[in-house]
Amino acid sequence: MNGPSESPLFDKPFIEIDRVTFGYDSRRTILSDLSLQFPRGKVTAILGGSGCGKTTLMRLVCGVHAADKGRVLFDGEEVNTRDAAQLFRLRRRLGMLFQFGALFTDLTVFDNVAFPLREHSGLPDDMIRDIVLMKLHAVGLRGAAQLRISEVSGGMARRVALARAIAMDPELIIYDEPFAGLDLISMGVAAKLIRTLNDATNATSLVISHDVPECMAISDHIVLLANGGRIVAQGTPAELMASTDPETRQFVRGEPDGPVKFHYPARDIADDFGIQVEQSARTPAA
Amino acid sequence: MNFVNRLGGIALEQFRGWGHAAYFIWDLLRALPASLGRPWLVVQQIYAIGNRSLIIIMASGLAVGFVLALQMYYALVTYGAAESLGLIVNLALVRELGPVVTGLLFAGRAGTSLTAEIGLMKAGEQIAAMELMAVDPKARVLAPRFIGGIISMPILAVLFSAVGILGAYVVAVMLIGVDAGNFWSIMQTRVDVLRDVGNGLVKASVFGVICTVVALYQGYETEATPEGVAYATTRTVVISSLWVLGMDFILTALMFSTP
Repeated sequence: MNGPSESPLFDKPFIEIDRVTFGYDSRRTILSDLSLQFPRGKVTAILGGSGCGKTTLMRLVCGVHAADKGRVLFDGEEVNTRDAAQLFRLRRRLGMLFQFGALFTDLTVFDNVAFPLREHSGLPDDMIRDIVLMKLHAVGLRGAAQLRISEVSGGMARRVALARAIAMDPELIIYDEPFAGLDLISMGVAAKLIRTLNDATNATSLVISHDVPECMAISDHIVLLANGGRIVAQGTPAELMASTDPETRQFVRGEPDGPVKFHYPARDIADDFGIQVEQSARTPAA
Repeated sequence: MNFVNRLGGIALEQFRGWGHAAYFIWDLLRALPASLGRPWLVVQQIYAIGNRSLIIIMASGLAVGFVLALQMYYALVTYGAAESLGLIVNLALVRELGPVVTGLLFAGRAGTSLTAEIGLMKAGEQIAAMELMAVDPKARVLAPRFIGGIISMPILAVLFSAVGILGAYVVAVMLIGVDAGNFWSIMQTRVDVLRDVGNGLVKASVFGVICTVVALYQGYETEATPEGVAYATTRTVVISSLWVLGMDFILTALMFSTP
């Protein structure tokens, strides 16, 4: 697998994570000395188990949290969480799809998609209407424009959120668990939309997920993260599929046990149950 | 020593909370000009906070007026002072009961609604979504509600007092038989618009600020879970009510220290 510096994808990355260390408190470090690059105009998937720091990494990119050490570069500009003006300026260039949509429940589908346009664009109402209908058409929901959020299904809500995320034609689109909780058809639709929208808008897409097949199908570049923000592997989907590294193989193939243990670290099973067992039958303590 | 340490810890935590609240209020005040430029958002909130509180406020005002007239009549008639009924009812409502009871009802009706709404927006990541869309939630969500609250509260207090006086009129004049001319004329001659009505309005405005800020703060700082929202909603009522009662005593002492 090519390292980031060896691949032509990384000539001028859109997002650069430079030796970042972060923890929500001093007792637990989530990301430790992590360095990553997200190629411009491509779909990058960050895969990893629950609690490995995927969402934390996304929050650092958006400037929600400041890194304890290291820096995050957004199109070459260091993200400074204390500079509200800079944060708002950078955030106007990104669109975010939340795991559960985060739609405004007091507004209609149309008004949700129109929200960022009304806040930022200063465009007249008739032009906003046209843009909103175009975005809704792109996700297949032009006919649902006047529905209330309580009237749309989970899969539709995710598509409405996607239409809202792309309303301002962002340069960076971040998808937080876009496939979680969706049925197979909705999952396929979401995957197709991510790929199509990225190609159509030439945006940089960052997909945070643990759904391996969907991400393999739509991504240009994949990063596998383990606990502590350690990079297990990165490369193209084909490179990861062909990997002989046991940890990569375990994750890509979804094997329940392997280098990533099925059992949480525990005392010896015989000690816990107070029984005598043959030495050969003991579960080794992790 | 352990006790001293814990006491110190509690005090530090308390000061941290006060500092956090002060910072929140400062941010809210800075967000106000942007909100004033979008009056439609404020009008929506006046409707949600004010209009939707009308029924409970007016029903309570009417009930208080009924009872006040009855109780005052029983007391005054003993001393042959039943003609003062209109004055006493008016002063009690305009100076005290109007602002205070409206404040308590406002905290229970509109305050809890604000806290729950903002808390649920936070739990549903709507606040986070707004921030990531480069929209300041304090300017877009909190400031219009704050302005709506401080506009609505004095109006509701006036309506409470007005309906209360009408209720007292019904009981005193129509049921008991107190002279109607006397009921109204003593109000006209003895109630000072600036001192009595004006100070009542000042009280109501102060209570409006307190109740709205407490409700918004509790909603915005709530833990984003169902339990967190429930706890924040309860805290809104308790804290607002205590503030209203405490501030009422202080304001009354300042406003009416001379006869």
